[in-house]
Amino acid sequence: MRNLVPVLAVLGAILALWYAAVAPMNIRGALDQAERSGAVVVPEGSAVRARTGTWALVFGNTEHLGLAYALDRPRLPTPGQVAHELWKTTGEMALNGRAMSKRSLLYHGWITLQSTFWGFLLGTTLGILGAVAIVYSRVVDMSLMPWAIISQTIPIVALAPMIIVLSSQMGIEGRGVPKAIISAYLCYFPVLVGMVKGLRSPSASQLDLLQTYSASGAQAFFKLRLPASVPYLFTSLKIGVAAALVGTIVGELPTGAISGLGARILIGDQFGTPLAIWAALVAAAVLAGALVTLLDLAQRVTLRRMGMQG
Amino acid sequence: MIWLWGALAFWAAAWFVNARIAASPVRDTKGARIVVPVLFGITLLVLWEGLVRAFAVSPVILPAPSAVAQTFAASTTILWEDFRQTVIKGAMSGFAIGASAAFVTAILIDRSSFLTRGLLPIGNFVAALPIVGIAPIMVNWFGFDWQSKSAVVVVMVFFPILVNTVQGLREAEAMQRDLMRTYGASYLQTLVKLRLPAAMPFIFNGLKIATTLALIGAIVAEYFGSPTRGMGFRISTGVGSLSIDLVWAEIAVAALAGTVFYGIVAWIEKRVTFWHPSQRR
Amino acid sequence: MKDKGDPVIVAKGLNLTFETGDGPVHALRDVNLTIAKGDFVSFIGPSGCGKTTFLRVAAGLEAPTGGTVTVNGMTPDEARRKRAYGYVFQAAGLYPWRTIAGNVKLPLEIMGYDRAEQDARVKKVLELVDLQGFEKKFPWQLSGGMQQRASIARALAFDAEILLMDEPFGALDEIVRDHLNEQLLALWARTGKTIGFVTHSIPEAVYLSTKIVVMSPRPGRITDVIDSPLPKDRPLDIRDTPDFLAVAHRVREGLRAGHAYD
Repeated sequence: MRNLVPVLAVLGAILALWYAAVAPMNIRGALDQAERSGAVVVPEGSAVRARTGTWALVFGNTEHLGLAYALDRPRLPTPGQVAHELWKTTGEMALNGRAMSKRSLLYHGWITLQSTFWGFLLGTTLGILGAVAIVYSRVVDMSLMPWAIISQTIPIVALAPMIIVLSSQMGIEGRGVPKAIISAYLCYFPVLVGMVKGLRSPSASQLDLLQTYSASGAQAFFKLRLPASVPYLFTSLKIGVAAALVGTIVGELPTGAISGLGARILIGDQFGTPLAIWAALVAAAVLAGALVTLLDLAQRVTLRRMGMQG
Repeated sequence: MIWLWGALAFWAAAWFVNARIAASPVRDTKGARIVVPVLFGITLLVLWEGLVRAFAVSPVILPAPSAVAQTFAASTTILWEDFRQTVIKGAMSGFAIGASAAFVTAILIDRSSFLTRGLLPIGNFVAALPIVGIAPIMVNWFGFDWQSKSAVVVVMVFFPILVNTVQGLREAEAMQRDLMRTYGASYLQTLVKLRLPAAMPFIFNGLKIATTLALIGAIVAEYFGSPTRGMGFRISTGVGSLSIDLVWAEIAVAALAGTVFYGIVAWIEKRVTFWHPSQRR
Repeated sequence: MKDKGDPVIVAKGLNLTFETGDGPVHALRDVNLTIAKGDFVSFIGPSGCGKTTFLRVAAGLEAPTGGTVTVNGMTPDEARRKRAYGYVFQAAGLYPWRTIAGNVKLPLEIMGYDRAEQDARVKKVLELVDLQGFEKKFPWQLSGGMQQRASIARALAFDAEILLMDEPFGALDEIVRDHLNEQLLALWARTGKTIGFVTHSIPEAVYLSTKIVVMSPRPGRITDVIDSPLPKDRPLDIRDTPDFLAVAHRVREGLRAGHAYD
């Protein structure tokens, strides 16, 4: 809470800068529109203005600045416009009982959330299993770990269209599966690394103690290694869920997607409706924030119950 | 079926060799640390080749590694042109600009505890967002050529590097700062001689994360419009025109570029932060 | 034998109160003390008695909330800018990215000595602490005792007149500590520096000091100041003599009188 005031101040500054940037970003579009509706602008003619400096246009046409903040297809929308678009495609549609309409961001967010969930589940499972194998088998450690690192240096987006083609060739309908695979690909790595660290976190003396009780391998795993890894697990889950969301959206970006927040961005681009892009971006950010917060809460509750954190 | 059994036999043999190496006293040598994963990688390729041949998978679905290698060798001109467009012009320029901007910003806001406390949580949050989504906006603002790709990369790499640098600059212990004060050291002297070196492991952590992001950003941005060259362009058109082996060759280039880029940064890190416990031998 | 020179550090009615969440904490209350040139002064007392705080105030790392402290007639801040202090902390605090020679050079670089002078001084002080031959090693390649010696060399490098040492040997084992104590005495005899030395150990304080300041906590204050009757030349076995034991006894009494162990 100590950080609340500074964070709000910085957010305020960002919003102010954003509003200030709208005028120079949109001035040309605004003047074109004003000219078409018969207003006097300096200089006249779109071609002439293309050779005029942005600031000269801004300060030479102060009476038309208002228009720059109200364009239908702005280069840079105002935060207010984005918020309005967001409300129009979520809350307002929900109030009209059309929450799951194809034009509603709630519907697209739901699609994205589902893929993210399956990708997260798959990635987390693979990550945890991989970590256990690495901790218990030296061969796996030596042969798998370098490739796990290399796998993350490969730009997955290059593979994304391929995964989509492959799965459709193999007769898998829709985008759900390939999206989940891409998101699992991005999500498994932080979980793997975190769990390896966590499973190895018990000290030698703690392991020796269990050995003096002649505890079995399974007992050592469930009574010491696994509980010791929980704090590491949650930290990496938070990174993993954000990565899974990025993966899903990346999977929705290549041509042909029709549903999901990524597809909204794509469609907004194709139809030249920047407001739709911005609204989808904000929705994705909100979704990311919600997912991370949810896991953060789960972490606090779990660790408190386990007596690891006050 | 000979291909299938051959591949499976190779797998078994390679696994046996690796298991022997991992159990033998040479396992901690540099050679073993390279041989084992390389053998594992080759095994994957052999399995892939064997499965594709044994089940006569259509090259439109999944070409064999040997076919990809042939295409790779036959189209080096195209691949090189795409590499220059996407990696060097798009990703590298954006990486350089974004990293420098993040570094300078970190040093500037570090002087104010208020700004640091305000920007750090926001930066952490933004670093976790799917920023690739801004690609169409940047293409709209900066046009089809590499400048828009560069812009996407700048935004994508900025926040991880910013957050890591700010955190790194706070790393120097209070005691070491006190020591600098007893010498009557200036702000600049403390920054250059103590805080920047102490921050280096964190800065490199951010840079390493950013290498992958840079390539992702540059490639995705090409899906939203590019001149008729570039890896993202070739991949998206190649998928449409079913020249799948060329797509895989591009993927191989992307994978190689990503790994080498990361490797270079990791190599520099090793030179700069040789003193850090994680790098010591 | 006593080395009564000019006063170097003079504290008058020194007070320092920290505001914390649990109310004010009196780290120092009404501390009066004069340290003369060439003195070896030990500060002893339990945790929270203000011995470290006193050292930090004297070095200008902490500002007092009341009273005055002067160093050679100047404020600690002025004295610091005149490079009057060599400070040694409990942890060696060497920079892991610099070699031993590079670490010793650090204050010299900051203070703007020229290259040749830097090299000459590094050589000289590394000999003083018996670390010649380790110039090119990195701190993490040396033992804890050697690291601490390097940090002492670093504090000696720029000829600070006052050496302030905050439990410099606290993290080392008894055998290494004995050895370093001997070396420190030899070094003090050779350089004639004024030394302020914080410790938890009664034998260490008695063995090293010409003056022992016994402190007690809540509020941090001085309960006794003992001028040591021991000769300046002190072999390790002086610790078995009646004189030594008498001083140690008085220190222990002083600590008890301050309700140090309530």
